[in-house]
Amino acid sequence: MQTLNFEYAAQQPVTRRAHVGVVGSGDLEVLIEPSSKPTTHVRVRTSVDGYDQVWKQVLDRFFSRFQHAAQIEINDFGATPGTVTLRLEQAAEEVRSQ
Amino acid sequence: MLNMIQNDGWSKRRASKAARLARIAPWMKGSALETGAIVEALQALLEPGDAVALEGDNQKQADFLSRSLVEVDPAKIHDLHLLISSVSRPEHLTLFERGIARKIDLAFAGPQSVRLAQFVADGKLEIGAIHTYVELYARMFVDLMPDVSLVCAEQADRQGNLYTGPNTEDTPTIVEATAFHDGVVVVQVNEIVDELPRVDIPASWVDVIVPADKPYQVEPLFTRDPRLITDVQILTAMLVIRGIYERHGVTTLNHGIGFDTAAIELLLPTYGEKLGLRGKICRNWVLNPHPTLIPAIESGWVDSVVCFGSEVGMADYTRARPDVFFTGHDGSLRSNRVLAQLAGQYAIDLFIGSTLQMDVEGNSSTVTEGRLSGFGGAPNMGSDARGRRHASAAWLDMITNKSATARGRKLVVQVVETFHKGGEQSIVETLDAIAVGKKAQMPMAPVMIYGDDVTHLVTEEGIAYIYRAEGLEERKAAIAAVAGATEIGLRADAKRTGNLRARGIVATPEDLGVRRTEARRTLLAARSIDDLVAWSDGLYQPPAKFRSWENSHADTQL
Repeated sequence: MQTLNFEYAAQQPVTRRAHVGVVGSGDLEVLIEPSSKPTTHVRVRTSVDGYDQVWKQVLDRFFSRFQHAAQIEINDFGATPGTVTLRLEQAAEEVRSQ
Repeated sequence: MLNMIQNDGWSKRRASKAARLARIAPWMKGSALETGAIVEALQALLEPGDAVALEGDNQKQADFLSRSLVEVDPAKIHDLHLLISSVSRPEHLTLFERGIARKIDLAFAGPQSVRLAQFVADGKLEIGAIHTYVELYARMFVDLMPDVSLVCAEQADRQGNLYTGPNTEDTPTIVEATAFHDGVVVVQVNEIVDELPRVDIPASWVDVIVPADKPYQVEPLFTRDPRLITDVQILTAMLVIRGIYERHGVTTLNHGIGFDTAAIELLLPTYGEKLGLRGKICRNWVLNPHPTLIPAIESGWVDSVVCFGSEVGMADYTRARPDVFFTGHDGSLRSNRVLAQLAGQYAIDLFIGSTLQMDVEGNSSTVTEGRLSGFGGAPNMGSDARGRRHASAAWLDMITNKSATARGRKLVVQVVETFHKGGEQSIVETLDAIAVGKKAQMPMAPVMIYGDDVTHLVTEEGIAYIYRAEGLEERKAAIAAVAGATEIGLRADAKRTGNLRARGIVATPEDLGVRRTEARRTLLAARSIDDLVAWSDGLYQPPAKFRSWENSHADTQL
């Protein structure tokens, strides 16, 4: 079990919550909540240790496209980077669809 | 037959065959041999150094004959040259351990690939070549003629005619190569009956029929449990349907056996239907009877399916759908691997499959460190047939130049998730296969599908329309653009990717109008094996290992 924290610069805040995915084997859940700060904070809790660099790369790529201020919580149970990106994009589609 | 032998120096093979048959005559009653006499008979029939075709592909195996062959006395029978399409059973390699066999020409070694690599390293076994299926069978007619072939059938009648049933597969081809060049054909049968449902192989091609101690082994290799399909695979399936099948108007095709393609099959009646594509795409298939194709067939998507082999549990279903499947006058499925491979080469517009590794130039391989697995039929399906001369809309759509002699091209699509479970990158700088090939002293690297044959790469990041890339540098850039967070993907330059998107060489899900929020398991037409049984109206009878009431019950919560 490992907890990782990331901080990204952001512009306008998200105005609604989103929750996608489940903490099942090979999957993860992503929770997005509005934040009062002008940045996005991501807390990753993962069952698999030692993938700090891959997490950083996956999140860096996602947050180069998603620039809304938010509080994001990721609970991971061994998902592939492909699944992580898919869940993040799904959550992003949900907060945008209003 | 034997009275045609003349001592004129032109009939040595025929004379050798007569001598072999004379040696086993004491055990024979007509063309029938008793089960218990097989080891002695093989010992009398075979000669050291013989080329022996031992039938075994990735589905059915002449396992009674292989288990018997391993019991012959190596002092008498040794240095055999085995021709096996799929090295699947432990005794295939025990033959080398005992010195009964020395050399092997093969096409695939799935379950025995680690042990095979070890035997090569230890010098216990010499590999002629690792072929594709059709290559190996073609060579049986050119420079690898079997002296003896050991094959299997479901039933024989008293005259020696054979019924090979739904799993006909390779048997007629191996028997033809042997029987018509004076080799000896030995067939294990599940039973001998008075009347066959139909004759798949005539008695005059067959020399020895032996009832097996138990029915031949057959593996359900093409059954994919929908329960295991992930949302990422559903996303890539949506991309394929929109960005490739719909865009190019693909009507004739072959699917690989992975979960990526199973997901596509299960999205046709849902996502495909919503897009209004029924009747416009995916009508004529070269495919084994995949259980995951049942919902599409039942929904009226599929006009025809021609099969390489059968699939365990699909006999009653295929029998009940003769407009779709090729069936005999008895009603049961007829399959033929060589003819289906030929169809897959020349008569279809698209092949799509998965791989374990793809390099930055688009070359792909399933060979990884310590395994000598081979590729079966994938290299044939996954390549352009340059001898093709008939046109179709999808094939012509691959033309990218204005030359007066421009020709179309087969669509060869690779689906790859950028990382495997466990974090390994699937898009890499250099294939593991290159080092494996060097270590095993292979004359060339074991590449499954070459980058210059691949027309499309699909990942969860989008589609690279590789056939549109101008030159190798641009092909590499297109691959990197969909390689996600892999080292190759991180090299992609955002500006260049933008340019590739603008020119239609790369497309993201957004570019194709594919919504990621739709990529959920609820989109699958069947979410469990039980759902497939229900779609088939109870005609599909899954093998025990795929029956799981608890699992499908849990799935209803998704």
